[in-house]
Amino acid sequence: MKSPEEIFEILKAEFQDAVVEIDSELPVEPIIIVDPLAINKIAQFLRVNEDLQFDSLMNLSGVDDANGEKITEEDGTVTIKGGTFSVYYHLHSTTIDHKVVLRVITDKNKPEVESVDPVWKASTWHEREAYDMYGIIFLNHPDLRRILLPDDWDGYPLRKDYENPEYYDGMKVPY
Amino acid sequence: MGLLDKEFADSNIVIAKVEDVMNWARLSSLWQLSFGLACCAIEMMATSASHYDFDRFGVMPRPTPRQVDVIIISGTVTLKMATRIKRLYEQMPDPKYIISMGSCANSGGPYWEHGYHVLKGIDRIIPVDVYVPGCPPRPEALLEGLLKLQEKIRNETLRTKKKTA
Repeated sequence: MKSPEEIFEILKAEFQDAVVEIDSELPVEPIIIVDPLAINKIAQFLRVNEDLQFDSLMNLSGVDDANGEKITEEDGTVTIKGGTFSVYYHLHSTTIDHKVVLRVITDKNKPEVESVDPVWKASTWHEREAYDMYGIIFLNHPDLRRILLPDDWDGYPLRKDYENPEYYDGMKVPY
Repeated sequence: MGLLDKEFADSNIVIAKVEDVMNWARLSSLWQLSFGLACCAIEMMATSASHYDFDRFGVMPRPTPRQVDVIIISGTVTLKMATRIKRLYEQMPDPKYIISMGSCANSGGPYWEHGYHVLKGIDRIIPVDVYVPGCPPRPEALLEGLLKLQEKIRNETLRTKKKTA
């Protein structure tokens, strides 16, 4: 069993710059923040390392951090400029029975994260869902397309600046 | 109902109006499309099961739209599903009937304001015969809806309506 702080130290020693920080000042378990373009290598290490053995990806979810700059135009329309998306990884080791939470932060204008599909096959659909809802691009994903919404849907509905469509396929959407 | 008014007075011949016989036959064996959407579908299945026994009204599920008379829209209709439902409806042979079951199918239900993905009432794409309120409706309510539909079918006519000047 390793605590999140110990896991952070192991990762920091192995990956240096790619592992940014550990956020322990939270009401939930500590979160290790890492580089979105190195997450695949870090994931592989977490899985195969003898002391870690994270063989199970329990959950992967996208988040709109809602930290963009709100700009109110003269005509009253509000646009959100900048900001970040995050992807959270909840890992569990079934052999050692310890857990850890990882987070990657990516720019909203170019939301690109390396896919962890080669490490945990469970991530395939989770990454598709994050792509469907936030438009986060998972690099080297084998089949990155929408999973819940129709293929011809416009926009990414869980983004904070999403606006509900007036019509879809000839059907009026608002009540 | 008057179907057997003449009874068997003249040997074993039954005399009745064609309309009455047609309507009686139609309303007594309403086959439903074996199709459920959300929590309402659980209540619909409960209605089909032995405790409420939909089959005593001649309602039984068929797995193809080409063999059914009634489709029960039992749950939240997402926009993605709505296009499929429209296709299923178009594949059903006439005469065809629709029961809209529960708040979601009636008007969008709890998704009416923020449901970007939900159709706000199935009557926006296909014509509804009976609306059953509830969230979800109890089996008794669905049975009541079916009886209302039977009542509607009983009063149907084969004649075309006279045009009023």
